[in-house]
Amino acid sequence: MYDFTSIYRASSVPDAIAALEREPRAVVIAGGSDVLIKIREGKLAGVPLVSIHGLDAELAGVSLLENGDLAIGPLTTFRGVTRDPLIQAHVPVLGEAADMAGGPQLRAVGTIGGNVCNGVTSADTASTLMAFGAELHLRGPAGWRVVPISDWYQGVGKVDLGPAELLCRIVLPRDHFEGWSGHYIKYAQRNAMDIATLGVSCLVKLSADKTTCEDVRLAFGVAAPTPIRSHTAEDGVRGLPVAQAAERIGTLALEDINPRTSWRASKEFRVQLVRELSGRALLEAARKGGAAV
Amino acid sequence: MMEILHCTLNGRPVEVGYDLRESLLDTLRDRLGLTSVKRGCEVGECGACTVLVDGEAIDSCIYLTAWCEGKHILTVEGLQDENGELSPIQRAFIQEAAVQCGFCTPGIIMSAVEIVGSGRTYTREELRKLISGHLCRCTGYQNILNAVERAVEECHKVAGR
Repeated sequence: MYDFTSIYRASSVPDAIAALEREPRAVVIAGGSDVLIKIREGKLAGVPLVSIHGLDAELAGVSLLENGDLAIGPLTTFRGVTRDPLIQAHVPVLGEAADMAGGPQLRAVGTIGGNVCNGVTSADTASTLMAFGAELHLRGPAGWRVVPISDWYQGVGKVDLGPAELLCRIVLPRDHFEGWSGHYIKYAQRNAMDIATLGVSCLVKLSADKTTCEDVRLAFGVAAPTPIRSHTAEDGVRGLPVAQAAERIGTLALEDINPRTSWRASKEFRVQLVRELSGRALLEAARKGGAAV
Repeated sequence: MMEILHCTLNGRPVEVGYDLRESLLDTLRDRLGLTSVKRGCEVGECGACTVLVDGEAIDSCIYLTAWCEGKHILTVEGLQDENGELSPIQRAFIQEAAVQCGFCTPGIIMSAVEIVGSGRTYTREELRKLISGHLCRCTGYQNILNAVERAVEECHKVAGR
């Protein structure tokens, strides 16, 4: 039995928002794989819950908007993201990242929206969403609001989610993914059921002859208190041949990171992982994009 | 905080009173007596409580009963046929000696049911990943993988006929 004081099962998004207005202390529960564990640990014990579980018609699934942007419903499970044909066709790296969270049973219930809303730096989809420059569409009592993911994270476990606001759509703008290829590396101590010691997501836009990085995006999980982009590394390798970019990107990224020592790994080890894995992620992203590496 | 759940459990319609704060694991074990569903870590790490909800393997310890209204739930108790014969998947576990203490076995069998139900075949590496949400502290996993591999192969042969 879980220690929560009440659970309101919302019948729609407006119903959930109204419930959150009535009970400002309430915590939103979607897949439950994060919130229930925090309740079990005692961190969230004694809270009222508003459940949006099952509001799939409004909040799950992936679609291509008229302008070519990709819209991901936040209630889409990790498994749903990985298996979705639109994700596979347009942003396969996001499906691959989602497929590294937890284990199969967790991926059947955990949602991409929860992964973003819990504000955790190690969230497996977060660094890739960061690299894609996702837009988070929130709905609250005052209507809709759009927050770029670069402004979303405010600290450990803290995100720009206002009172009674609900994440209702994650949008990847078309020009952020069209012509890009990407690769995510999760460094962890086990192949499954583990939290990333470090996560690196690298996106590359290659020149027409597939030899040069016209543009690069690099984002990390667990390299700072929140997921981060490394603009220094991106600016430093833009326009370079693939091999040269891969060689330099890791060292450049060190400018932007701020990892800490935890029981999982020391700061020094995380620095080394950033230096090493950034280039590997870039090479693999370029290879997927058609470069001969 | 009591309510009544209506769902289909192992092919039969069920109505059961439950507390809204219960996990599906609590309800299945403590109210419905389905003790194949093991209480292990209770935080979604060990996979011992795995059951199928609408065909998907989930950890019932981190799934609320309140979400199960109208759903189809399957546990190991529902795998035997009308004559009480074991399913081909269960038989594969016996044939491959994939069981030692047995605590993790029902959960892994339920994942195997999901895997077999997909109608596909898999490489051993893929199967390794598909059962990676289960911890077994006895066997070292090799015989379990053999059993899942055998179950997939045998069921695929039958289904492919």
